[in-house]
Amino acid sequence: MTADAVLRAQGLTKRYGGLVANDRIDLDVRAGEIHAVIGPNGAGKTTLIGQLTGAVRANAGRVHLAGRDVTALSPARRARLGLARSFQITNVFAGFSALENVAVAAQARAGHSFRFWAPADRDADLNARAADALAQVGLGRLADRPAGALAHGQKRRLEIAMALVQAPRVVLLDEPMAGTGPDEAADLLALLGQLKGRLAMLLVEHDMDAVFSLADRITVLVEGRVISAGAPEAIRRDPAVRAAYLGTDEAAPGAAGAR
Amino acid sequence: MDEAATRRRRRLIYGGLVGFLLVLPLLAEAAGQGFYISFATRVLILALAASSLNLILGYGGLVSFGHAAYVGIGGYVVGIAFVHAGDGTPILGLLPGGTDALVLLAAAMAVSGLVAAVIGAICLRTRGVAFIMITLAFAQMLFFFLVSLRRYNGEDGIAVWQRSTLPGPLDLNEPVQFYYLVLGLLLALLYGLNRLVASRFGRALRAARDNEGRAQALGFSTFRYQLTAFVLAGAVAGLAGALLVNATGFVAPSYLHWTRSGDLIVMVVLGGMGTIAGPTLGAAALMGMEEFLPELIDALHDGAGDYWKIVLGPLLIVIVLFARRGLAGVIEAAAGAGALRLPRLIPRRPGQPPRRRRTRR
Ligand SMILES: Nc1ncnc2c1ncn2[C@@H]1O[C@H](COP(=O)(O)OP(=O)(O)O)[C@@H](O)[C@H]1O
Ligand SMILES: [Mg+2]
Repeated sequence: MTADAVLRAQGLTKRYGGLVANDRIDLDVRAGEIHAVIGPNGAGKTTLIGQLTGAVRANAGRVHLAGRDVTALSPARRARLGLARSFQITNVFAGFSALENVAVAAQARAGHSFRFWAPADRDADLNARAADALAQVGLGRLADRPAGALAHGQKRRLEIAMALVQAPRVVLLDEPMAGTGPDEAADLLALLGQLKGRLAMLLVEHDMDAVFSLADRITVLVEGRVISAGAPEAIRRDPAVRAAYLGTDEAAPGAAGAR
Repeated sequence: MDEAATRRRRRLIYGGLVGFLLVLPLLAEAAGQGFYISFATRVLILALAASSLNLILGYGGLVSFGHAAYVGIGGYVVGIAFVHAGDGTPILGLLPGGTDALVLLAAAMAVSGLVAAVIGAICLRTRGVAFIMITLAFAQMLFFFLVSLRRYNGEDGIAVWQRSTLPGPLDLNEPVQFYYLVLGLLLALLYGLNRLVASRFGRALRAARDNEGRAQALGFSTFRYQLTAFVLAGAVAGLAGALLVNATGFVAPSYLHWTRSGDLIVMVVLGGMGTIAGPTLGAAALMGMEEFLPELIDALHDGAGDYWKIVLGPLLIVIVLFARRGLAGVIEAAAGAGALRLPRLIPRRPGQPPRRRRTRR
């Protein structure tokens, strides 16, 4: 629990009926670091992200964003305080163009939207920032394409552009490489590598190459509990982690090249 | 295809329609059919109401099944003010009655908007079917409340046998003046709506319609924008109600009946949800069919005119099935001259870029 944590979870617990999806999870993300959360399917990673953003109401625990207790705040309020996320299942505005998806993300961050007269899609400032974010993720040429018509890997990058344009304090990425082919995954890995250091990230990812090459710290979640947390090297050697992974069909962390 | 040509044709079609509305009183008088002026006035008033519903239904994605309530409340503002102007008693022991149109139209908008704010703040906590049911329930509550008001003749309502008064030489008793007033209000509303839905506010509203969870995750407090849209829609519906009382000379709880709310939804869907011109086209089509279908059917088979709704139903289904964006979509297709084309039978040559799809607003 260092002072420079931009995001801090304390004792987060979520129960679905009898199922404990998350059990007293403590975790923090420091400025500029990539903190990876790994664990088998159903471990509670997406639920954890939901609790951090406020989309999932926690049964217990607190969330602090930049030192401020945001536990009682709505997802929208937390987002406006600088908490951005991407979704495991691609979640963009299919009817909006790629540019407008990013521009609307910029708009959401730029204060209230009680502006009733000037056309939003001709807002030079929003469009410039959106175009810049699209260029950063390599979608500059597809700005006018309806988001629904983008290829899967392009949508994953669009999600990242929507987070980037918000200049967030911290971004939560839920399996940004989910469902991408090897080439697209390599592109995304390179992209995340470029962002490393500039942005605090909580990265949920199954791709162990990505996790071990990017992460500054790793937290391992199994059945809603943190079974291990620390530097990548320590996690790689942790017998508890190995045991947890051997029982599943997930790639064992440390089995180099496995995906 | 050619965007510029499409835009030109679209402008031509809508320009032609507006031009037709502008000269309609002259045509009707020339043909000695003055009746059509007051009929068209009522169509345009309902177009105002349907356009206001379209803001929340078409652009907000919120199916309010109680929108006639706000039309009715606006109507009752005029009716109640008229009753008290007649017997000199104050309304609720506070306000004087009156017949000043400018005051009454503003008051109708304010009261309807206020009621919409209260009802909207409650209903917007729900979504989907629950939202439909609870908006309907509130409208029904207001309906029965007005039925219970003996002072205002309960179910029979109020005969408002004098039209609201305008300053100077303006006079709502003049059908042509009344028509142009309503037309002016409608065109102003549609222009304003066109700006509104493209503004930051409109984009936030559309984002919430398309994907509310995503919009919230981006930082939009969607409830505020939806409630604002709900209040604006309620206020404009109130304006339509106040005008409608002047057009028909009475107001009664029937104004708020759920079938009236249903009619407004049909107008929006028939004309094209989420399009600026759609609700006006829908209002004209529905009221035109109500007016002329019975006669037409009678002419084909004497006495069958009473069953015109049997024709209306399937006709609506056909339009909704085949013109996804309603009549406005049909016009759009005509302007695009190609958007309605049948599925491509010959595959596109390889290497030829796919045609750019228009993004949805
Ligand atoms: N809305 C929900 N209702 C009931 N159970 C849920 C819900 N969301 C997630 N769960 C359960 O909680 C557990 C954790 O799910 P999730 O957070 O999606 O895991 P992960 O992202 O690590 O794969 C799973 O057992 C899942 O079935
Ligand atoms: Mg998940």
